[in-house]
Parts: sequence; structure tokens; C-alpha cells
Amino acid sequence: MITELKVSAIDNGTVIDHIPSKSVFTVIKILDLEEDENQILFGTNLESKKYGTKGIIKIKNRYFKEAEINKIALVAPIATIIVIKDYNVVEKKHVSIPDKVFKTIKCINPNCITNFENVAQQFDVIDKKDVILKCHYCEKITDKKNMVFI
Amino acid sequence: MIQGKSLISINDFSKEEQIDILNLAEEFEKKSNRHILPNHVIATLFFEPSTRTRLSFESAICRLGAKYIGFSDTSSTSVQKGESLRDTIKTVEQYSDLIIMRHPKAGSARFASEVSNVPVINAGDGANQHPTQTLLDMYSIRKTQGALNDLNIAFVGDLKYGRTVHSLVMALCNFNCNFYFVSPQELKIPTEIKYYIKERNLTYSQFTNMNEVIPKVDIIYMTRIQRERFSDPLEYEKVKNSYILNSEMLYDTKPNLKILHPLPRVNEISEDVDNLKEAYYFTQALNGVYIRQALLTSILGAKL
Ligand SMILES: [Zn+2]
Repeated sequence: MITELKVSAIDNGTVIDHIPSKSVFTVIKILDLEEDENQILFGTNLESKKYGTKGIIKIKNRYFKEAEINKIALVAPIATIIVIKDYNVVEKKHVSIPDKVFKTIKCINPNCITNFENVAQQFDVIDKKDVILKCHYCEKITDKKNMVFI
Repeated sequence: MIQGKSLISINDFSKEEQIDILNLAEEFEKKSNRHILPNHVIATLFFEPSTRTRLSFESAICRLGAKYIGFSDTSSTSVQKGESLRDTIKTVEQYSDLIIMRHPKAGSARFASEVSNVPVINAGDGANQHPTQTLLDMYSIRKTQGALNDLNIAFVGDLKYGRTVHSLVMALCNFNCNFYFVSPQELKIPTEIKYYIKERNLTYSQFTNMNEVIPKVDIIYMTRIQRERFSDPLEYEKVKNSYILNSEMLYDTKPNLKILHPLPRVNEISEDVDNLKEAYYFTQALNGVYIRQALLTSILGAKL
């Protein structure tokens, strides 16, 4: 596979495939991969038969909890998570948007307490299809086009 | 079970719990002075001034025989020295059995209730919620209409920023009401509220002129339109007089029509309406004391 040649295989760890090209860096941010000391390989604007282009991230020796990885569904709704052990695919699953989102997004409301005090941001996902989030504190809606990741 | 609960957003109480509060408020309307909380200390923390709401709460506290501590603005407090809301709440909870709080930031009351070991009543958090106002509005509607179910209710004025409107609409969604929203283009009811209504399979319609709505409704809930809400001052000048209710507009109404207003009023209801049988806004404010008595009694677990 062309993709495999461009972003070389890992022996153990997690592969996140089918990330929209423009979201690769956001996914890196959401998963806090800048702080990760494992080997990380990533590619973006790679050819994809299904979607035109796509991005892919491979993180060596790292496995994610479901709640942790599902956060990326906010920007990569069709991403596939592939768990690799000894070069073999041991698990393959799709991400799904969680019911609640913690400490990931800034509330759009400039008067929200989370933008003033040391309060962890928390949202209820009220529409998974259109990705519409409601702030647990100020009860205002932050939607897809207004999402700012922290 | 209301005992020990915080009231931050009107939805924190189920429909049944809301009705329990309204029923208990009726008892306080019959007899308001009941010293059933003689050993309780209640904190009233007003991080921004709101004389009306504070006096209504303090009157309710006094009529229950409880004591209160607190502040009516933050100028002489440690908040001015930069104390965090978390620290203020952690301190005050040591001194009191319940905290009533008003704060300029939206979501502050929810946060306080998560930090506090004693129940918190939200007396207004920024543009977000003001649930005791909602309960007193519900009480007023039920009292004047006999029930809360299946009513036609018009909301007029600033529906975008009017938090009393938002909470009341949400509460009335439990009672199968039909909503008429009358506002200038710039101040339409927000998406959040429209979602909420649609999710519950209820209907609403939007208007810019209130005359066509008046004959159809049981309640007109008036709100104030503020000049500073408009990005273009010219827009304000164009609309400001279209949202003033006067007695001439009330010639063809349902016999049970009542006019409500969260007060203070500026000019959106002409004084010539005050003496009509439809005017209910001054009695509405008085109902707030009974509602707040009922809330304090229920949350603190006292019996009549
Ligand atoms: Zn917020």
C-alpha cells in the first residue's frame, strides 16, 4: 500500500487512519502528542481512494483508552483506530463522538465562568451528527465552526 | 426529594418538584410569617448588585425566622483583592446552611454548587439562568390561568438576551404550551431555546409585530429592549416604539389575558395599562417572596 510506504509501519502501538487532512494537527493537539516521548510518525495530504486525501498518525508503544481517543471524533468523525502488536492488527475500530467532552474545547461564551476561573471545561454533546456542544456551566452552544481546542 | 438540592437551572428540578414548590408557595401566600427556620444561617452573596432580588430573598428569610449573612456588592470584600470564586464559596460554606448567589459570569452558580458542601440557589448568573424568577413566573401564570397546561404565551421584546424568557420557556415546555415570540430581528430567541422546544415536539412561531399576536394569547410576557443591545443605533431607533404595549392595543383580547413583566420596567408597558384588569406585573413580583420561602423551606427540609 502506498500509504504504508510513505509512513512506515510500527511494530507495536496505535495507528489512527482516515483523519481528514486538515485535522491532523488538531488531532495531535487533542491527544497531547506533543508531550508524548514515544516515536510518532504522521503524514497528511496522502492519497485516499475513498476520500481524496487523508492523514494518518502512528504512535509507537502507546495505547489509548476509549474516552481519550473518542475526543478526536469531533474533528475526525470517520477515523479508524488500529491497534498493532508484533506488526499484526489486533483491533480495528471506529471512533464515536462521546456524550460528554472534558477539558478539550474552549467555551465560545466570553462571559462564561470557565474563561475566568480555574474551572475545567465540560460540554454535553447535544447533537452528534452536526457536532453541537452545550457548555455544562453557562449552557451556551459551541458548534463545529466555533470549536477552539485547548 | 428537594431537601439538600441546589437550584441552578430550572431543569435541576423535575416537573413534579417544581409543582411541589408552587403548591407550598400557596401556603405561604395564605400565611407568610412562619418561623420554621429559627436555627438556620443563610448566606446571600451578591457579586453584582440586584436590589429587588436580594430584598425579596431577605424578606423570605426573615419571614421564616432564619438569619442571613453576606454582601450586596463586592466592593468591600476579599473578591476585590482577587480571591477566586472557589475560595469565597469554600469559606462561606463553613458559615452557612445554604448559599444564595448572584454573579455576573454565566455558569458561576453551577461551578459554586460543585465546589460547595451546602446547597446553592442561583439568584442569576450572567445572562444564563434565574430559576427563582422562573418559578415565580410559573406561580403567577398558574394563579391567573388556573393551570399551566396548554396555554398560548407571547414573549415580547428582547428575547435574545432575556434570561427570564429562556428559563420560563424551558419550564413551560413541560406543560405543553404554545409559544409566540415577538421581537426585532436583532433580538430573536436564541438557537439553544429553539432546539429545546423542537426536541420536545412543541411548536413556536416568530413575529416582529405584536398586534397580530395579542388576540390569540392567554399571557403576554413583556421584556425591556435595551439600546446597548443593538450594534446599529439606527436599528434601535427604528424599532423602539414598536414594542411598547398600551391600553389601545388591548381592545380585542381573550377574557383571561394577563400581562406579566419581570420588572423593572422602563417604558415598554405604558402606565395607562397599569389599572387594567390585565395588568399583573406588580402582584407577580410579590409572589416572589412566597416562592423563595417555599424553596428555602424545602431545600432546608423544614415542615410547615
Ligand atoms: Zn460556557
